[in-house]
Amino acid sequence: MKGRFSYFNATSIALGFAFLYIPILLLVIYSFNESKLVTVWGGWSTKWYVNLLSNEGLLSAAWVTLRVAFLSATFATILGTMAAIVLVRMGRFRGRTMFSGMIFAPLVMPEVITGLSLLLLFVAIGFDRGFWTITIAHVTFSMCYAAVVVQARLFDFDKSVEEAAMDLGAGPVSTFFQVTLPIIAPSVISAWLLSFTLSLDDLVIASFTTGPGATTLPMKIYSQVRLGVTPEINAISTILIGIVTAGVLVASYLTRRQATREDRERRAAVA
Amino acid sequence: MRRWYLISIPYIWLVVFFLVPFLIVLKISFSQTAMAIPPYIPVLDLSRGIDGLKDFFSHLSFDNYRFIFSDSLYINAYISSVKIAAIATFLTLLVAYPVAYGMARAPKEWQPTLVMLVILPFWTSFLIRVYAWIGILKKEGLLNLLLMNLGLISEPLTIMNTTTAVYIGIVYSYLPFMILPLYASLEKINPSLLEAAADLGSPPIRSFWQVTFPLSLPGIIAGCFLVFIPAVGEFVIPDLLGGSETLMIGKTLWTEFFSNRDWPVSSAVAVILLLVLVIPIVLFQRSQQTQREAGA
Repeated sequence: MKGRFSYFNATSIALGFAFLYIPILLLVIYSFNESKLVTVWGGWSTKWYVNLLSNEGLLSAAWVTLRVAFLSATFATILGTMAAIVLVRMGRFRGRTMFSGMIFAPLVMPEVITGLSLLLLFVAIGFDRGFWTITIAHVTFSMCYAAVVVQARLFDFDKSVEEAAMDLGAGPVSTFFQVTLPIIAPSVISAWLLSFTLSLDDLVIASFTTGPGATTLPMKIYSQVRLGVTPEINAISTILIGIVTAGVLVASYLTRRQATREDRERRAAVA
Repeated sequence: MRRWYLISIPYIWLVVFFLVPFLIVLKISFSQTAMAIPPYIPVLDLSRGIDGLKDFFSHLSFDNYRFIFSDSLYINAYISSVKIAAIATFLTLLVAYPVAYGMARAPKEWQPTLVMLVILPFWTSFLIRVYAWIGILKKEGLLNLLLMNLGLISEPLTIMNTTTAVYIGIVYSYLPFMILPLYASLEKINPSLLEAAADLGSPPIRSFWQVTFPLSLPGIIAGCFLVFIPAVGEFVIPDLLGGSETLMIGKTLWTEFFSNRDWPVSSAVAVILLLVLVIPIVLFQRSQQTQREAGA
């Protein structure tokens, strides 16, 4: 769509983005507040960050969260990429409708239901709850997001390069690793990052599937938030926002670089 | 037959960790609460063969469902969840449409950056974004401070722990889900259609309602589903921003499970919630599928 970009358009974008960003900005600013009260500005200070370093409960929760996120993102990306290939490349097979249903349903499923159902599964099979059950739960819902991200990329790439590799005698496995994977790599990286942040974020599903000894950072933050706003939570939130923002910027840079490179190659091929 | 390996691994994973858990929820929703580990009876004992199976089925009951339908608390929680989610979805649409419309009309070279800026907050922790609003909305919070200093109000407003705060929380948290599909469908509209409308003497407002708006309907539908469905079962927002008057089923289920430790009743609550959502979920998947096929 084109047309005149009016003042009305500019104002609505500005207001929309102000609404999206001002709360986060305030949270970050007040993490540097010397005063303990939210509404009293006591000058700049980094003392809440220093305090975090001695808060062992929070640090061990952060460590659990990072390990869960790393493992679940890795497995979710592998399973999600497989699922995406199945959906895009495998054509029709028996049970395809159910398969695509199981990929898309978790995306809109209320978290309380996913959490409850997984917990009841773990209880029914007598699996000890803790680190691994949270990881399995996160793999399950993240792989669906990963599948959607990779699927979008598989849809719009030229299938003939794969066919060319096969014609030249490459087997399906080496075609995948030498041709397909390099082309879809940016989307695989995005899928991993998305799975990682989803796992980093999750409160509800982790609360249901955890057991004694495995407390994740969101669970820790949640239990403190219920007691009130503190600058320490602002500080840990700011760190998380920083990590995620850096990750997203790197991912979008990679995707854009790939797009320009492909564009250049396409033009070179035409010339 | 390599193809079957590739299909079966993610397939089996989803069956085991997505489908089977639902069957278990369904089964437990027909069980009875017990002081035991696990806290319900009967437990399916397959080692006793057919007798175990018979014993199991003879003990299933509809008691939990009868209980839920006889207690107005649950019914009200379902109705008010759907109502709150529907109103919040409409408000999100009102906020998102002008933004998406502006983005679609922005200079082409800005657009990737604008899209990126919409996606970025979505990547930031949901819990943290909801938490950020507590500091703004509470009685001695930043919004009241600002309004009082501007002299607009003399008494602090009570927004925190009300349903209004829940609306603000949902609109804020789900805004990117609405903007992105809206933008995608607005951006695709062929400008010559609007030029044609203008040439035929249609004023811009009429062109908007007769050309742009109908063509953006797929985006509106997708966005509304993406906001409405998860909002119905939302837990974090009503728990942190809402008060005792805000009744939402996600919170009811959480309390039933964690405070009352009544697994069979929470399972029944989950089954009914799923039944409430199954129609919108199926409609959503249908609409996505037709769009994908139309795009391909």
